[in-house]
Amino acid sequence: MSLDPAGWDALRLSLLVGVVATLLALPLAIWVAWLLARRDFWGKSILNAAVHLPLVLPPVVTGYLLLIAFGRTGPAGIFLEKTFGLVLAFRWTGAVLAAIFMGFPLMVRAIRLAIEAVDPKIEAAARTLGAPPVAVFATITLPLITPGILAGGVMGFAKAIGEFGATITFVANIPGQTQTLPSAIYALLQVPGGENAAIALVLWACVLALGAVVLSEWLARRVAKRIAGT
Amino acid sequence: MSLKVAITHRFDSFDLDVGFEAGLGVTALFGRSGAGKTTIVNAIAGLLRPDAAQITLNDTVFNSAQTFLPAHRRRIGYVFQDARLFPHLTVAENLDYAGRFGARAKGRTHIVDLLGIGDLLVRRPATLSGGEKQRVALGRALLSDPALLLMDEPLAALDGPRKSDILPYLDRLKSDTGVPILYVSHAVEEVARLADHMVLLSKGKVTRSGPLFEVMADPTAVPLLGVREAGAVLQARVTDHGPDGLSTLQVAAGTLNLLGVQAPIGAQVRLRVLAQDVLLSLEMPQGLSAQNILPATIASIRTGDGPGAAIALDAGGEALLARVTGRAVTSMGLEQGQSVFAIIKATSVAQDAISGSST
Repeated sequence: MSLDPAGWDALRLSLLVGVVATLLALPLAIWVAWLLARRDFWGKSILNAAVHLPLVLPPVVTGYLLLIAFGRTGPAGIFLEKTFGLVLAFRWTGAVLAAIFMGFPLMVRAIRLAIEAVDPKIEAAARTLGAPPVAVFATITLPLITPGILAGGVMGFAKAIGEFGATITFVANIPGQTQTLPSAIYALLQVPGGENAAIALVLWACVLALGAVVLSEWLARRVAKRIAGT
Repeated sequence: MSLKVAITHRFDSFDLDVGFEAGLGVTALFGRSGAGKTTIVNAIAGLLRPDAAQITLNDTVFNSAQTFLPAHRRRIGYVFQDARLFPHLTVAENLDYAGRFGARAKGRTHIVDLLGIGDLLVRRPATLSGGEKQRVALGRALLSDPALLLMDEPLAALDGPRKSDILPYLDRLKSDTGVPILYVSHAVEEVARLADHMVLLSKGKVTRSGPLFEVMADPTAVPLLGVREAGAVLQARVTDHGPDGLSTLQVAAGTLNLLGVQAPIGAQVRLRVLAQDVLLSLEMPQGLSAQNILPATIASIRTGDGPGAAIALDAGGEALLARVTGRAVTSMGLEQGQSVFAIIKATSVAQDAISGSST
């Protein structure tokens, strides 16, 4: 399980990308999931399709589209660099963006299912007790969908640390800068004698993924118990 | 206190077009399933936006052509058929939920005592029985300091014994809290026991409304209430409990001897006398096993709904309703203004129709 410095860098970067992408994407995912579950509006099916697009597109295609849009000459890229001084292409921040896009549909699906399982009648009862809509969401809906948010978060995180196709297309495979765990494994397998180092990274990937699942299961069970109140 | 309601709303299957007013006390909204009761209550609560509506409570406009006050600003307590407690909160947190949004209800301790839920406060809704849940829901609605309490068939989801558990709490609530109540039901016995006013609803229209004692004794209401359910409600005072289990009760037209009266001597109770359990006689009957005979005058006769006739009686100023066959009307020569004797079998007054309310 011992890693060389490049391996550690890749592991650290993957964790960083996973955590940042998950934290950034979750609030938006909750909002979009709520829109899709509870609101009727023009263009709902278009939004739904757009959210799910990265799930069905080849990841390389998603990565290339991101490069066109968010690259230094792309419209969104120029805007971000001019306004916030934020550069995404070939930087770790770009890996975060790729991870957000790829993990987003998984998060939205899990959270949407959780919201749809909350009885709207319970929310209506809260309204009759004087709770404004935002308070109904914060005090009733949100606590009741916590297991779904946890599940969505873990899936998004797992997707983020494992993302390969879109990431390598958008931000390449620069050791120490954009080389995430999967890119590092891929790079090691391209050179003779790299198998041992690759196996160590593979084991670490397994540990991370399993750990995330176990942690979320444990949390979800605790929350479910609290909600059921038994 | 006055609630004024006028609603029109189009459904796929029928059109709702109603108008009524409700004052102090309990107003029952009575109708069969699908008559539009829940739609009306949801519109009053602000949970449904009707096609067109004019709804005001005292000086507050809930709904008009220009305004639609959102549900959370209407100060209405709503008790649903399914209790709808918040599963992730304890009973105490459920009760105090409205307090988070500025509701300042007086007498939390009193309400908790009144509903007998003091021992449940630390528990979660999932561990409560159906009757307990409904009592907590009632307390939660009351603690939102409502200007009006809406109750949509609050007993319909409970079985017989649970119903009888809750009814005394509703009786107490009515006389204790002074909050006007709009009570939706399709159970005549609940309405007869609790309501002061009644609005009869049929296929999205109001067919009759007025004081409970009038509506229940109205022959034209018989088809709406159901032939077997129709019957007047009498005000009675308990005067004696005999050693043989029979109690003596004073009504306007005389005394009645009834079994199974629980209320103490001196208490005012309501008696529901089913129309089909009232026999008519032209002379004072002699040698009859039935002991309860009241002199009465025929106020009106309604025929035309099948083989039966509904006969409204004036018994010492109180309205009574009898249901006899059309043939009996002809052969006895019954007509308006005639003096008759109404025979009520003691056993025909069901125990759960006897209310201990002191109003």
